[in-house]
Amino acid sequence: MRFNNLAELIELAEKESKPIYEIMIEEHVRETGETREKVVAQMTESFDVMMASVQRGLKEDIKSFSGLTGGDAKRVYEYAQQGKTLLGKQATEAVAMALSTSEVNAAMGLVVATPTAGSCGILPGVLSSLSGSLGLEKEQLVLGMFTAAAVGYVVANNASISGAGGGCQAEVGSATAMAAAAAVELAGGSPAQAIQAAGLALKNVLGLVCDPVAGLVEVPCIIRNGFGSVLALAGADMALAGVRSVIPPDEVIMAMYNIGKVMPVELRETAMGGLADTPTARKIEQQIYGNELNEA
Amino acid sequence: MSSFRHSFDIIGPVMIGPSSSHTAGAARLGRSARSICGAQPERAEIMLFGSFAKTYKGHGTDVALVAGLLDFETHDSRIPRSLKIAEEVGMEVLFRMGKPNPDLHPNTVRIRLTQGERAFELMGCSIGGGAIEILEINQFKVKITAAYPTLVIPHVDQFGVVAAVTAILSKYQLNISAMEVARRGRGREALMVIGMDERPSQEAVQEIVALEAVHDVSIITPS
Repeated sequence: MRFNNLAELIELAEKESKPIYEIMIEEHVRETGETREKVVAQMTESFDVMMASVQRGLKEDIKSFSGLTGGDAKRVYEYAQQGKTLLGKQATEAVAMALSTSEVNAAMGLVVATPTAGSCGILPGVLSSLSGSLGLEKEQLVLGMFTAAAVGYVVANNASISGAGGGCQAEVGSATAMAAAAAVELAGGSPAQAIQAAGLALKNVLGLVCDPVAGLVEVPCIIRNGFGSVLALAGADMALAGVRSVIPPDEVIMAMYNIGKVMPVELRETAMGGLADTPTARKIEQQIYGNELNEA
Repeated sequence: MSSFRHSFDIIGPVMIGPSSSHTAGAARLGRSARSICGAQPERAEIMLFGSFAKTYKGHGTDVALVAGLLDFETHDSRIPRSLKIAEEVGMEVLFRMGKPNPDLHPNTVRIRLTQGERAFELMGCSIGGGAIEILEINQFKVKITAAYPTLVIPHVDQFGVVAAVTAILSKYQLNISAMEVARRGRGREALMVIGMDERPSQEAVQEIVALEAVHDVSIITPS
């Protein structure tokens, strides 16, 4: 890749007068030697899997691996159809679709990790909502996935996209930043605005810990995906309005990395702290595993 | 080198949930170990560390590792049933918890496989989003991301083996992207690890296996 951080990415995009997704596709072709058609076709396949998981969660009565979660996506989607939501119909639908994908994931269903499975709801939630609000075609949404990938690439190589490595900020946070940037480009914003949106959104999840109840990717992961989708849309709107992050987005990523490094191990996907260490969480754990855990 | 190389390391893998690091990454680690073994292992001893040890049940890490040992890819719908399938095909699986070790990545696993008289060992970690790093093979320290097809070649440390192997790859016009060689001592057991841009043909592999100093060739492929 010819860029290692977001500043270099914007510089490339501006110098060549191309959107971020175009730079990302070209870099991919250069790195792998595959044709552009093949790369776009592969992304389209991932898009199809993503949308199938969105739809599955809205139609089926999903029950998770543990029986703890499921059905919230349907609930929120039906509520959005009544047309009286506080966020507005499109943003509420983004929440429903983000929840939907995450519920399918918790049920050991087929999903696309974007960038992780624990945060797999945010990008599809935002993309499906945009297809409604902006009337975008599938081909355009697939291009937006490359914008998201470019931001994720920088975060993954400069910080972390693993809850065990850097807490939930590294998963839901990264996904939110990726989706925010994609939303800006799909709405016709500039590469610089897209990166600002990523920085703005990421700032709001710094410090978010990974504290999965009973070690399951369910509570609070699913709900956090729902919130992440709205946060991404809000970040995109702010950036499109001209808001800039005072701390440059690359430095926000650096801050995320540093916070992850000093985050106690109890709060990095070990189910030892945070929500996982509440009386209710411990009771749930006991109900699911009985005494098996103690033996381990 | 960056651990995440391009779009599909970020958007992807297409996978059975619920966790890219604890399920998809674990399946890839299991499948890598299986590749080194070259066949269905008869027995697998799996030691989990850090977050893997703490959350493996909820994240399906145990199920995914065993799925990988059965050669399933990350999107295989049989993953949730892997423990049962392992039983059916007669693969004995044992899980152990490793002592906490702050020097290890929080998602680390050590897999010992036996197949007849032969034993294999792989240690690796899952670094996020389904990406993995292999840190040890048969107690040789390595650094493999398994993002590209990787040749693993146990051999005897002697003059000219490395040149002979690379000559064969060159003859088939195969490009090497990374390479490591390690040995237990002069003239003793050694290991060559070669990252490739593409998977070598069966023909090329057979030529390498035919070299006198080479014990075996296995290929770890991205999945």
